[in-house]
Amino acid sequence: MPKVSLKKPSPSLDMTPMVDLAFLLVTFFMLTASFREAEPVVIDPPGSHSDKLLPENYILVSIDASGRPFFGISNAQAKAKTLERMLQKYNVQLTEKQKKEFMKLSVFGVDIKELPRYLDMTDAERQKYKTAGVPNDSLNPQLKEWILYAAQEANAVYLEAKEAAKRKRQDFKMEKPRYAIKADQKTKYISVKKVIDTFTDIKIYRFNLITSYEGGSKKE
Amino acid sequence: MAEIAEEGGGGHKKGKKRGKKPSARIDMTPMVDLAFLLLTFFVLTSTFSKPKTMEINYPAKPEPTENVKPPEVKNGLTLILTKDRIFYYKGEFILPNDPKGRPATQLEETDFSINGLHKLLVDLNKSAIEEIKVLEEKAKRKEIQDTTFKRLVMEAKGKKEALTVLIKTDDQATYKNFIDVVDELNLAMVGKYVTVDMMPQEYELLKQKLGNQ
Repeated sequence: MPKVSLKKPSPSLDMTPMVDLAFLLVTFFMLTASFREAEPVVIDPPGSHSDKLLPENYILVSIDASGRPFFGISNAQAKAKTLERMLQKYNVQLTEKQKKEFMKLSVFGVDIKELPRYLDMTDAERQKYKTAGVPNDSLNPQLKEWILYAAQEANAVYLEAKEAAKRKRQDFKMEKPRYAIKADQKTKYISVKKVIDTFTDIKIYRFNLITSYEGGSKKE
Repeated sequence: MAEIAEEGGGGHKKGKKRGKKPSARIDMTPMVDLAFLLLTFFVLTSTFSKPKTMEINYPAKPEPTENVKPPEVKNGLTLILTKDRIFYYKGEFILPNDPKGRPATQLEETDFSINGLHKLLVDLNKSAIEEIKVLEEKAKRKEIQDTTFKRLVMEAKGKKEALTVLIKTDDQATYKNFIDVVDELNLAMVGKYVTVDMMPQEYELLKQKLGNQ
């Protein structure tokens, strides 16, 4: 009988398809990844069944668990203009470098007078820095002014973009600025109410409350 | 790092020294390692879902010069929130010793479970829910257009028979409690809800309730 010789499988495997796939996935994730911006505080929003997405163009007030308000604007142009107006109003000077640093912050929670010092810090120092949030009381209504200026500037940017698109006969895709409020599960409702009252004082009545999606089917 | 693997046995054909032919195979292991490392990194760090939001409208503050009459509410419910607990009463608030002899308002307690608040709201808002269900059916069968459907749903939610909810919170209630309530209201198709400040009498009742237990 002829001996049946088992074919020795070659030890080297053709990895090409695997590599192709791996790189395809890498490319995909690299392009789609949107990194979570560093936030000065961790805010864990409560869950809800709402599946509406947060609009692109928003003015955000985050409230952490102890009730400190933080402020942020998504539109860079409006953000820069708002900053200029606030600096002028409070007579605070910032260097170009500090301004650049400011543009990088997603939200911030400091008194405008502390802003130069805060912007000079490194990220790690900022994490440790104890802030009291953006001041929001009747004697020092900075939050209200930030919101007011930001709303005006964001609307101006929006209208400008709309006009420009009209002139060039392009599609206009930008969304109207919205007002988002993000608060922690454990935040006391009265702290949120205080911020909402700040908004209603300047005649803004519609908000997007940020929640995390709980998923699951709708209760019937 | 990347070495070119050479074929071992191909070297002794003739005595001539030729330039060694590099093999076509390249050891891809380090590349694959790197690719998978990157892949893992991006998979783990990417945040796919944008945060979800809930739209909510707040009432405008009435001008002090205006004399606003409170609207007539037929099917009203007041929810009073405190830390992780929820009380409610139906209809308007009646003080003790009411001139018309109606019994004074008592707070009742419910909870955030399916059989608590959700059931309460669905029961009270039955008429609107039924109406919206009919509309949804019609929209599914393409009998009405999307925009009309949305408008009709709004109308159904705004009808007098539909439930109107007042949300009042004390200083202990958390944001989560509030969002839970608004979420339930949205699920129960309640279109008319508003957050207002608590009346002192209501606060007294709440304190009694909390003190008793």
